[in-house]
Amino acid sequence: MPVKKLRYLLMIALLAMALGLVACGSDDDGSSDDSSSSGGTIEKNAANADTPTLTIGSKNFTEQIVLGEIYAQALEAAGYNVKTDLNLGSETVALAALKKGEISGYPEYISTALTSFFDTAPEDVPGDVNGAYEMAKKDLAKDGITALTPTPFASANAVGMLTSKAEELGVSKISDLEGKSQDLKLYGSPECRQRIDCLLGLQQYYGLDFKSFTPVDIGLRYTVLDKGQADLSIVFTTDAQLGTGDDKYTILEDDKGVLPAGNVIFLTKQKTIDQAGADYAETIELVQEGLTEKVMQELDARVDLDKQEPADVAHEYLVAGGYISE
Amino acid sequence: MISLTLPTASFGLFGDAFHFVFSGREAETGGVTVGGTSQVLDLAAKQLEVTLLALGVAILLAMPVGLWLGHRQKGEFLAVSAGNAGRAIPELALIALMAAAIGVGLVNLVVALAILGIPPILTNTYVGISQVDRASVEAARGMGMTEAAIVRKVELPLAVPTIMGGVRTAAINIIATATIAPLAGILTLGDFIIARNVYGDAGVLAGAVLVALMALALEGTLAGIQWAMTSKGLKLNRS
Repeated sequence: MPVKKLRYLLMIALLAMALGLVACGSDDDGSSDDSSSSGGTIEKNAANADTPTLTIGSKNFTEQIVLGEIYAQALEAAGYNVKTDLNLGSETVALAALKKGEISGYPEYISTALTSFFDTAPEDVPGDVNGAYEMAKKDLAKDGITALTPTPFASANAVGMLTSKAEELGVSKISDLEGKSQDLKLYGSPECRQRIDCLLGLQQYYGLDFKSFTPVDIGLRYTVLDKGQADLSIVFTTDAQLGTGDDKYTILEDDKGVLPAGNVIFLTKQKTIDQAGADYAETIELVQEGLTEKVMQELDARVDLDKQEPADVAHEYLVAGGYISE
Repeated sequence: MISLTLPTASFGLFGDAFHFVFSGREAETGGVTVGGTSQVLDLAAKQLEVTLLALGVAILLAMPVGLWLGHRQKGEFLAVSAGNAGRAIPELALIALMAAAIGVGLVNLVVALAILGIPPILTNTYVGISQVDRASVEAARGMGMTEAAIVRKVELPLAVPTIMGGVRTAAINIIATATIAPLAGILTLGDFIIARNVYGDAGVLAGAVLVALMALALEGTLAGIQWAMTSKGLKLNRS
């Protein structure tokens, strides 16, 4: 009978593989079409074709790649020769590539630029966008880098929880957790523990002590809530999971402003701006006008939940916003 | 706490890493001291604990199957293809997949790591047992040994070097991969590597070097165990 037994084993193995594939393929289907529809159309300027090729970079996660595609496709529509180098890795890698001239520019979060590049203590990052932008602009200018106008949306760390749990506890702001946090389990990315715009800030500024803090992969930040392992999880305000419309998750309001907002600024060298001409910065600043928090969430959702290609999602955004025609 | 006053600055990043391990330094994001011997020992202990648990589970699951298949000289396809497939397991995807079912934590992590250890143990056990000289097995059978006794007294002792080779491969795979544990909620030395913006480049290098040293130490220990388990006759043969 051993041959028969072997067949059973093989069948079980195949079945397990098939199940794994099915699980990987499942996704949400909750996308709606509500991209903003303001702003002008990009005019193609033939003169731009004679300027040096622009290489648009980005860091290695969904939101960054989508942004990189939006900027690249918009610049192309404006008549520039454009290449992309998306998926660059961390901010340190991206900045080094920019300084070396391997890329012409890439999108960066203001808060990250300040804390990571200029060692600004997170508590010194101005809470308002303009203050933070002016500060980053001044610091970056010393390196010959120009920061363009910030996007309307900001992505920040946020304390997220299941809406049902939030209602049960009656909390809507982070400070509401006072007196309750010692019974709550918090999950977040491994680096969260020692970041002031994360666990440290919650402890120091809100005086919260949690029952436990458990590090997890960023990709599991909603799974741990779904499984009931985490009462609270550190999420990002532009997460796709928050834009599905079913309000499954609630973000607690950061009423003491400890989790600095990172509006996105496009970083590029002043030299590149001088060479590329006025359309370069104007195009970038034009197409990001429609990027509100809601829209960015929706775009992230189309990639993360609906498994669309970032390039297609960027194209849809540009068309829906009237920046380019089909 | 050991404090050393070597001129570490002259060793550049390696000096920083050395300093990180023995005295700790301020977190990149400021405020707290990270690294230092006590944290290093805590994380190293966890790394070892997770590794040994996963290795134990892998041995318990894979070795009996390998022994049985090898003894019956059946299922070569299963044993060998399991070994090949095992090299392609995306651990992080496995952890994420299991997280949806059982959540994150020690069980999730140990299962994921054990799955990594099963293939080399299964394949090597199968190969080790099935390649034992058939004449020896027939002789044992002729002497009236039971099948169980043949496995225990003839096949197993002769296959020890091959089987332990599989265990050693599994151990190295597991201890090296246990660096991803912080992504499943368990803090190991991988924390230094993963949370670079907390520990800095010195922490990343220190973590990598420490894991490599632990892997070597584990490999050495298992080699010692293998030597102790190998029968005298085989040792004579080899020298």
